[in-house]
Amino acid sequence: MLGKLTWEAIPFNEPIPLIAAGVVGLILAAVLAWVVLKGHLPYLWREWITSVDHKRIGVMYCVLALVMLIRGFIDAVMMRSQQALAFHGPGYLPPEHYDQIFSAHGTIMIFFVAMPFVVGLMNYVVPLQLGVRDVAFPTLNSVAFWLTATGALLVNVSMVVGEFARTGWLPFPPLSELAYSPGVGVDYYCWALQLSGIGTLVGGINLVTTILKTRAPGMRYTRMPVFCWTSLASNLLIVASFPVLTATLAMLLLDRYLGFHFFTNEAGGNPMMFMNLIWIWGHPEVYILVLPAFGVFSEVVSTFSGKPLFGYRSMVMATMAICILSFLVWLHHFFTMGAGADVNGFFGVMTMIIAVPTGVKVFNWLFTMYRGRVRFTAAMHWAIGFMVTFVIGGMTGVLMSIPPADFVLHNSLFLVAHFHNVAIGAVLFGALAGYTFWFPKAFGFALDERLGKAAFWCWLIGFYVAFVPLYVVGLEGMTRRLQHYDQPQWHPWLLVAGVGSLIILCGIGFLVAQLVVSIRSRVRRTEPTGDPWDARTLEWATSSPPPYFNFAVMPNVKGEEHYWNIKQAARKRMALGPEPEYEAIEMPRNSPTGFVTAFFGTVIGFALVWHIVWMAILGLAGAYATFVVFAWRDHGEEVVSRDEVARIDRANRLARKVAITEVTT
Amino acid sequence: MSAEAPAVSMIAAPASPVDVTGHGDGGPAPRHIIVGYGFWIFLISDIVMFSAFFAAYAVLASATAGGPGPKQLFDLHNVAIETACLLLSSFSCGIASLAVADRRIWLTQGALLVTGLLGATFLGLEVHEFAHLVAANAGPERSAFLSSFFALVGCHGAHITAGLLWLGTMMAQFQAKGFRADIRRRYLCFSLFWHALDIVWVAIFSLVYLNGALT
Amino acid sequence: MKDNVFPLPAGDGDIAPGVDNEEHSSFKAGLRSYLIGLAIAAALTVASFWAVDTHLIYGAGVPAAIVTLAIAQMGIHLVFFLHITTAPDNTNNVLALAFGVIIVAFVVLGSLWIMAHLSQMQPSMEQLMRMQR
Repeated sequence: MLGKLTWEAIPFNEPIPLIAAGVVGLILAAVLAWVVLKGHLPYLWREWITSVDHKRIGVMYCVLALVMLIRGFIDAVMMRSQQALAFHGPGYLPPEHYDQIFSAHGTIMIFFVAMPFVVGLMNYVVPLQLGVRDVAFPTLNSVAFWLTATGALLVNVSMVVGEFARTGWLPFPPLSELAYSPGVGVDYYCWALQLSGIGTLVGGINLVTTILKTRAPGMRYTRMPVFCWTSLASNLLIVASFPVLTATLAMLLLDRYLGFHFFTNEAGGNPMMFMNLIWIWGHPEVYILVLPAFGVFSEVVSTFSGKPLFGYRSMVMATMAICILSFLVWLHHFFTMGAGADVNGFFGVMTMIIAVPTGVKVFNWLFTMYRGRVRFTAAMHWAIGFMVTFVIGGMTGVLMSIPPADFVLHNSLFLVAHFHNVAIGAVLFGALAGYTFWFPKAFGFALDERLGKAAFWCWLIGFYVAFVPLYVVGLEGMTRRLQHYDQPQWHPWLLVAGVGSLIILCGIGFLVAQLVVSIRSRVRRTEPTGDPWDARTLEWATSSPPPYFNFAVMPNVKGEEHYWNIKQAARKRMALGPEPEYEAIEMPRNSPTGFVTAFFGTVIGFALVWHIVWMAILGLAGAYATFVVFAWRDHGEEVVSRDEVARIDRANRLARKVAITEVTT
Repeated sequence: MSAEAPAVSMIAAPASPVDVTGHGDGGPAPRHIIVGYGFWIFLISDIVMFSAFFAAYAVLASATAGGPGPKQLFDLHNVAIETACLLLSSFSCGIASLAVADRRIWLTQGALLVTGLLGATFLGLEVHEFAHLVAANAGPERSAFLSSFFALVGCHGAHITAGLLWLGTMMAQFQAKGFRADIRRRYLCFSLFWHALDIVWVAIFSLVYLNGALT
Repeated sequence: MKDNVFPLPAGDGDIAPGVDNEEHSSFKAGLRSYLIGLAIAAALTVASFWAVDTHLIYGAGVPAAIVTLAIAQMGIHLVFFLHITTAPDNTNNVLALAFGVIIVAFVVLGSLWIMAHLSQMQPSMEQLMRMQR
């Protein structure tokens, strides 16, 4: 009746997950109770859950990312503390549990922190930078977000009902096959990622179409901000690589559920094929994460250097070069699998080549700062920290791109330190820089600068204290994912690394404090014109937060940095341009389709994990019915009246007029 | 609020209200182009997914684990009929596209019905073939070759099934709501999907069945 | 976002994939296009099946013939059924297709190259399992 699901799925005999689940459950219940009792539920449903507005969806992605960052980081602290303690001893986490923790840590950080954060920023900013009112497919955007949330939900449910995968963040066979992982952990992993993968793919299609087919008049390709170019490259990579992930996980699921032999030890299966296919996805994935971060830094560095970005064309070409080259390096993840010198040599050289366009970008950022009037805001701190940290991480990557060196370092803690170096140094720092930079655009008030800088320093110092020791023990031969060890020379380094994770914990604490303090003092932080940074790109032409329709009239873009040029001209004249002719605007209507689809997605995922066939069928029927109901609706749009548009825009024009006609020092 | 504009600098300063109304050169494409292109990108992604299954098949095709190989198992007569069904259904789908452009409801529904029947025939033949293989101890659990064959061809069949469901829904929508713009856009997407599935089938029958019959 | 709010200047716009360029062509002209496509595709299909059995093609060249005929059939589908052309209003569609084809090439050819080398260098799983007993 309920497939494999029994009461034994709940870990009554394991205190740690039980307590963790209890704490999370209490927090969730408290938040839910507060929302309902204070009467916020209709507002939440109307304005956020059923919203198809790219700005709302972007914010929700970032919220999901930040919440999951905390869960993933707790996993990290547990891992570091286990390794700090487990010298000639068992530590406090039994192997079956420790294995689930490092698997969950990686899975969550990549799929439910880094991806949503980056996708959220792109969702929020790209339509505004292109001068349009929303993405190409607003309702599909909502579906994409809620399916991502479904994946995150399933991974977290696995802690309480059942177990998570013990295979690491990529489930290599034969370990992940049914013979060696008979539990539901790998199934939870696969279904969570299949569902959120649909969301990611759909989001990728959405943004590619938006950038290529919906731009304001005059916004030619060569006038788009670099963040839009990097978003284009990143989303093209999503469209090209996520299908391979879907196919590969499907093959693993076919092995596990229907007795197929893609990757089994018997009947001709080839586990090495899994590694090959999964890394065809896996390498472009890291570029999907890093390219938008590069785009963020391009915006941040040019804004806070007070200069246009140096070398626009070379930036664009470097971005598109990275896009294509990222598909030609994947074997460097398995040099040691034994393809021979020819193959290893080719991919080693390609990996070195891909460092070149990245270097071009770094030089362009540096040249942008050179002779600029640099303002060292918190966002700029993240940018400079990135430039140092990411370059070091990139260099260790190029070091490992030499196959003989990689034979020594593969799957050691040196590798672990390398990918955290680039992931934290570029992706996380970029996400936090973007969060800091665009927060005032989204909410009308900037975050506290001092607490932001404190958070940055804790993250920067904490990162080096946590990961430089890992480079050292990696060189000394320590393999990754060890639950215990007995080499005395590793122990002091791992203790230091544990301290580093606590410093990062302070950094997270400062981020939380920054948010709380800023919200509480938001009234005095409000900046009336909507452009607190004196920025250069089109999203800053709107009020902060922008109206639902973004632009009262779509701008006619003339040249790069259109907004900057208009602003400077207006400052010179000490007057705004003429008031535009307002028209009524049609905007897409909110829809529960995304949320309901994801609800059925969760049902399908949970049912399939536990082999509850009738529930899965019901879920599929429900999802199909949801599409049909959406397809059957007659009114997909609502009209914002001309008077309303005029009223909103005039308010912003007034604020800007005041700012321009005031004498500023 | 209009203002005096001493023409100190005309760098990108809007000269007249027309310039800021967004009716200038270019701008977002019309809706049907946006929808068609977005679906085209989805099809590209779907083709990449098929290519992963193709790659797995290419690598595992020789891993018969002592069991039957392609030459013993593939019935080319069946494949020929399946191919004819799908090709003709692509043609009838094209007829339906012409009918939609001409707003001829009965020709549309007729052509769509023919498309659906041909697709269902294809599916029936394929299911029959799979059942026969399973009964002959040549199911997907027998070897890696058979696993990759069933997965690749089965994935295509699953797409056809989804396509038939979509087709039925389109017929219902045309009947209920006529040739409204959004329904025509959805039909454009369906026809792209159906033609793409025939293109994938060309790859399957050529590289899997015909090639397999050679070895 | 309304349909046709921004009518694009002639020759400057794009066309959706799958839409026939001659919008004012009659039903008959469109029908002709589909009939020609069907006829050529059918002929190529028959040729593919024939190539398997015939002795007229050098045996080792038959796989190449099948591949060539398959690519030709796909081309017919793209041109006659999907109306993909090389006109400037189709550029975006062709570029997307080219991108997809490149990725497919990397995935399939790359996998074949790598896996072939792996099996040269490494015993298969079955051989390994036999060694363990």
